[in-house]
Amino acid sequence: MEEIIQKVKNLSVGFKSQKGHEISILKNITTNIKKGETVGIVGESGSGKSTLALAMMGYVKQGLFTMDGECIFNSSDLLKMENRELEKIRGRKIAMIPQNAGQSLTPNLKIGYQIDEALKLHTKLNKSERDNKTSELLNKVRLPSPETIALRYPHELSGGQQQRVAVGMALAGNPDLLLLDEPTTGLDVTTQAHVLELLNFIAKDTGTSMVYVSHDLGAIAQVSDRIIVMYSGEIVLEGPARDILKQPVHPYTYGLLKSIPKLSLAGLPDSMPGSQPQPGMIQKGCSFYDRCNFAEDKCKKNSPNLEYVSELKTSVRCFNYKKLIEKKNDKNTKIKRNEKNIKINEILNLTDVSISYAKQKFLDQILNKITDTNPTVKDINININKGETLALVGESGSGKSTILKSIAGLLRTKEGKIKFDKDKILSNDLKKRNSSNLRAIQLIFQNPDESLNPNHTVEEILAQPLKLYFGLSGEELKKNIIELLEKVRLGKFYMTRYPRQLSGGEKQRVAVARAFAAKPDIILCDEVTSALDVSVQAAVLNLLQKLKEDFGTTYIFVSHDLAVVRAISDRVAVLYQGRLCEIGPSKNVYQFPSHPYTEVLLGAVLEPDPDIKPKLVAEDVVEERPPEKGCCFQGRCPRILGDKCKNETPPWQIGDNGNAIRCHISVEELKKNQI
Amino acid sequence: MFFLIIKRILLGLITLIIVSLITFAGTEVLPGDACTTYLEREAYGAALEACYERLGLNIPAHERYLSWAYNVVQGDFGYSLSGQMPINEVLGPRVKNSMVLASAAIIIGIPIALILGIVTALWRDKLPDITISTVTIFAMTIPEFISATLLILVVAIWLEWLPGIVIVPTDVTITELLPNIILPVIAIAMIMTAHMARMVRSSVIQVMASDYVQMAILKGVPYWKMVFKHVLPNALLPAINVVALTIAWLLGGVVVTEVVFNYPGLGRLVIESISNRDLPTVQALAIILASIYVSINLIADLLTLMLNPRLKTLQIRK
Repeated sequence: MEEIIQKVKNLSVGFKSQKGHEISILKNITTNIKKGETVGIVGESGSGKSTLALAMMGYVKQGLFTMDGECIFNSSDLLKMENRELEKIRGRKIAMIPQNAGQSLTPNLKIGYQIDEALKLHTKLNKSERDNKTSELLNKVRLPSPETIALRYPHELSGGQQQRVAVGMALAGNPDLLLLDEPTTGLDVTTQAHVLELLNFIAKDTGTSMVYVSHDLGAIAQVSDRIIVMYSGEIVLEGPARDILKQPVHPYTYGLLKSIPKLSLAGLPDSMPGSQPQPGMIQKGCSFYDRCNFAEDKCKKNSPNLEYVSELKTSVRCFNYKKLIEKKNDKNTKIKRNEKNIKINEILNLTDVSISYAKQKFLDQILNKITDTNPTVKDINININKGETLALVGESGSGKSTILKSIAGLLRTKEGKIKFDKDKILSNDLKKRNSSNLRAIQLIFQNPDESLNPNHTVEEILAQPLKLYFGLSGEELKKNIIELLEKVRLGKFYMTRYPRQLSGGEKQRVAVARAFAAKPDIILCDEVTSALDVSVQAAVLNLLQKLKEDFGTTYIFVSHDLAVVRAISDRVAVLYQGRLCEIGPSKNVYQFPSHPYTEVLLGAVLEPDPDIKPKLVAEDVVEERPPEKGCCFQGRCPRILGDKCKNETPPWQIGDNGNAIRCHISVEELKKNQI
Repeated sequence: MFFLIIKRILLGLITLIIVSLITFAGTEVLPGDACTTYLEREAYGAALEACYERLGLNIPAHERYLSWAYNVVQGDFGYSLSGQMPINEVLGPRVKNSMVLASAAIIIGIPIALILGIVTALWRDKLPDITISTVTIFAMTIPEFISATLLILVVAIWLEWLPGIVIVPTDVTITELLPNIILPVIAIAMIMTAHMARMVRSSVIQVMASDYVQMAILKGVPYWKMVFKHVLPNALLPAINVVALTIAWLLGGVVVTEVVFNYPGLGRLVIESISNRDLPTVQALAIILASIYVSINLIADLLTLMLNPRLKTLQIRK
């Protein structure tokens, strides 16, 4: 019998609504965490997963209260403990690694102090021993030169470094249980893969139990022994990680896994209709009833219990799980994408574009002198054909959004030309662009919460482009708005709603509708799905694809998520530090990544499959500026040749598969030595 | 960092030059001048000429400005019209008296404001917060001339504890002055303290809700240690600028309060010299008040810069 470290028993946490009703956001949760085990808790936003993790530390956020149940650690209930006793457990026995380390480190205190504080609280070491221990911890989380890092302030570190510091701080008290709340969300793919690898190492090395909370099944798959799937505040599925990922027997998990785009598979994933019910909305019946493909009448009336299925070693909350077991052999074969040939019919052309964020000095501005010899984005040559989806990928700081903004005219280019529709040159000054050119290029932003005016109704939001570009009014305007809403699969009744009354997916649909209202030729999509839940993401991707087929629109799609890009794009351009590394048909780029950076990037992608491990070939160092000369990737390249790469800008070469890459090593050579 | 300080100081000086130009131009444009005001009905003929000669008003305006500015830079504001004495001698004791009043209000007000702000934030929506917040809103909304008058009525007239108005010579010593300033200080400090306390409260509440405070709690940091190490330094940083603005505002508040209490400070001098059309003194006062404004804001900016590690390194990197 394995030792149980934490026992959560019948836990319900909720809040009081304005009308005084008690509404639960965690419903009757029971689970055990065993010693040395890593448990992944997965669910979409609002499923209660973070609330559960915090309750395991005896912490309930302001505004929430424990309705029922207990969290037992060392035979005492953390939820009933006094603060003074909790202080002795928090950080010492149970430690937390927060989601956003950048915001979770106190800004006015040095890294060294913050770790030392944890050591002072939870160990009996004296000052010099603590100093040594601090260095040791920073070393353990693989930070370069711990002594200098200790003297820095949090904002002086990169995102990955901050996350490592948070891990180091959590290890200071040598805890028995580590709670990780989305520890890699918001990090670049390569950094994420490195941090996960570090966490796996620490779990093995120290024997600490871990609870890993994430919405990202890819990350969960890499670390967990056991997985708990949460939906609407309930555990709907719990069991060994491999079984759950390979054969999900709950319809929600089944749908969730299907809705994740995969690197190995071109084409759009299936989407799940609907969205998670708001807390307090479901009074009786299964909370997944509305979205379930397997639902029957009894699901509407009765709530299923969490039932242990011994042959699967899994607990499942579904009446019909047996149907899913039968579905086992139904491999996901459905691929919706039709690989149609795109005619060479250029609609947008970027020639030698470079963009600089450096502020010109006053005198240089007057003399119109260009001083920045090393601009943020440089030498961009891209052409886009009508009806094509071109994706720009790269890590944060690769300049992908910058390029998008300059196409939209929001950012001035420093050099180069942007040509639209073969002969119309788009001015780099937004004010000098004429109305038809402005209409032709529309933008959809990452976060619909910020891109939709909260004081406008959906009707007003959609009316603006229609009035501005087509001068519509009255009945005709209304008719057009309703048509647009139908196109994005929202009903007429959404017209009077305000953005705050919509779910994340619905908001993004409105943003999509607004972009299409202008009947544009090109739509620029800036990380349009990264603020959305996986199941919603699939729906938005499908919608975008459908609209594109209907209207023949061209997309330029910026994303850091390589699997999403794989699903939607025809051609991919890989960027590093504002320079193009590789460009080619996405099928070829994904199958035979030629440029070393593309290889590094693709190797680090996490798949929701415990058998596919990420390949870590390059360090995840963050470079602040592109190098002055030579290849842009010289700092991290695993295949660096030496001085040649450092001094000479590599030439473009075109491989036989149609990929153009910028590297000193020949395509054949690169292909032979694929990692 | 060094360049930044120099830049800020230069900007401050430019502001002062502009202020002096505006006040000079203002007195120039207004109908009548120092001599017509001074001589009143005799302002014609030889007397007027003689007066112009004496005050140097027959010289072109820009030359007068330059020579005036040249003297001011050397610390000489010239002669006042009404008293016929050097403005420096008039100003000296007044500045001192006003400083005593303002510093007393600051010394008492800031600590009280900090304590009230922190207490209300930490006991948010509990009894201490509700009572203090209600009181501060009252203190904020009542203008100082009303609260000052009420104070005189209650404390000086009904209770007869303290003198209602200040009847002392201008060049009084500080010890003699002290009992007289209690009521004016209370009147000024009330509004200032209330403003700052509310500012501190919202700032502390904001920081308390931050991720890093939650992290500190989950790290096991004891409550009060968390408050002093993780919350207050971050919460009070943005308060510095507000404190500076409040102090600058205090100067305006002082003018009104000084008049109500008949206090021999700068404020009363402002009113007196305006009603006497004593233009050289008005000019001198404008420059002095402006430089106090500018330097307080400058000090606040530099303080924030020095205390905020984020801004400090940013500047160094640039």
